[in-house]
Amino acid sequence: MLKRISFTVNEREVSMEVDVRESLLEVLRNRLGYTGAKKGCGVGECGACTVLVDDTPIDSCIYLAVWADGKKIRTVEGLAKNGELTEVQQAFVDEGAVQCGFCTPGLIMTTTALVERGEKLSREEIKRELSGHFCRCTGYKQILQAAEKCLHGGCCKDDGERQINREEN
Amino acid sequence: MYDIKEYYEAENLEQALETLAADPGLTVVAGGTDVLIKMHHGRIEKARLLSIRRIASLAGVEKEADGTIVIGPLTTFTALSRDGLIKENLPILAEAALSMGGPQIRNVATIGGNVCNGATSADSAPTLFALNARLVLKRKNDERIVPIDEFYLGPGKVDLHPGELLAAIRIAPEDYHGFGGHYIKFSMRRAMDIATLGVAVTCRLAGGSAFADVRIGLGVAGPTPLRCREAEEFARGKAVSAETIAEIGRLAVKSTRARTSWRASREYREHLVVELVQRALKTAVVRAGGMTIA
Repeated sequence: MLKRISFTVNEREVSMEVDVRESLLEVLRNRLGYTGAKKGCGVGECGACTVLVDDTPIDSCIYLAVWADGKKIRTVEGLAKNGELTEVQQAFVDEGAVQCGFCTPGLIMTTTALVERGEKLSREEIKRELSGHFCRCTGYKQILQAAEKCLHGGCCKDDGERQINREEN
Repeated sequence: MYDIKEYYEAENLEQALETLAADPGLTVVAGGTDVLIKMHHGRIEKARLLSIRRIASLAGVEKEADGTIVIGPLTTFTALSRDGLIKENLPILAEAALSMGGPQIRNVATIGGNVCNGATSADSAPTLFALNARLVLKRKNDERIVPIDEFYLGPGKVDLHPGELLAAIRIAPEDYHGFGGHYIKFSMRRAMDIATLGVAVTCRLAGGSAFADVRIGLGVAGPTPLRCREAEEFARGKAVSAETIAEIGRLAVKSTRARTSWRASREYREHLVVELVQRALKTAVVRAGGMTIA
């Protein structure tokens, strides 16, 4: 069963027929070529497929493509402009918050949404907001530092601890 | 690809009820975080879905003139946790909402779906039980109101007649005015986990030093969420003290029918009930304006 939907992906208008059985992740990756969103667990636990729908992070593996009708979709491919990384992307690079990279696009989209919402968050609240993402390289400390850098205008009040951590790694 | 055979999208409540009346075998889908997972695991095959997600009138929270809080079933957990009316009047529900899943799940999962899914581990259930929530169930040309503790029939089974849709969740002012409450979710992880036990306790004090009313809602302490009536009866009129609270914790176990699962043994769950009911009640007492009990 096919249904025509219209939506924007990274500000580009798209009108296409989708199968009602397709997830948004499948349409983004397999039909539109946005492979930044990854397929991890397929059941909304790992967060690797996270994209923004109307600026809200969702797991695109458990979101039917037909539900994207009329929505604004953003993926990691839409962030950098003219080869220039966004503040969030740069913070992930600077803090070494990327190891294998599989969880990175999702985490960057969630962090981007947090920055755009502009709400003041404590460290514990930032952890809670990032808790829908699994990083199996366990680079959580650096990820938290990158997020804090964007949200607090700097991370690492405990700079000494960070140095030690870097050396251990 | 999901195993979907038919898919319908309702534009408004009337259309949804009309469609369900004509074809009561359709599976209603809202946020999709339960239905799509069941399909993924093969527990729903050749799904015939009716989406209600575009029905704007079913989302959001309102307060009626008499103080009744009306929660639309399509309100997401994120929306609940940030809603001004909820935070002001039912802060325990905002607390419970934030304990569910992770952020991306909370952004799409709805409270109506959480209730209609019938899971004893539903994070909204213990709190809705403690708040005496009443469910407005609609079908074409018909409407009834069911107290939430009569709605849950068994694991995954709820009292939803063919063609019926949950249209609203109502909390009466006498069930929250003057109450303090606290929800404790006990789980192995602090995010993306299912409760080993869920404990919601609300209380109202008389003269600051005695219990006027204590309500205890538990999840995963039996095949359905439940209330601890015996402990609640005992509490009425008793002095607020460590001894009273300890006895309430012990009596709470009498209402449970916990079982052993891979998450925890029955004995461990019962131990958690005794302990966490006391902890939740102590916090609830402070939030109701009482003193701190060590």
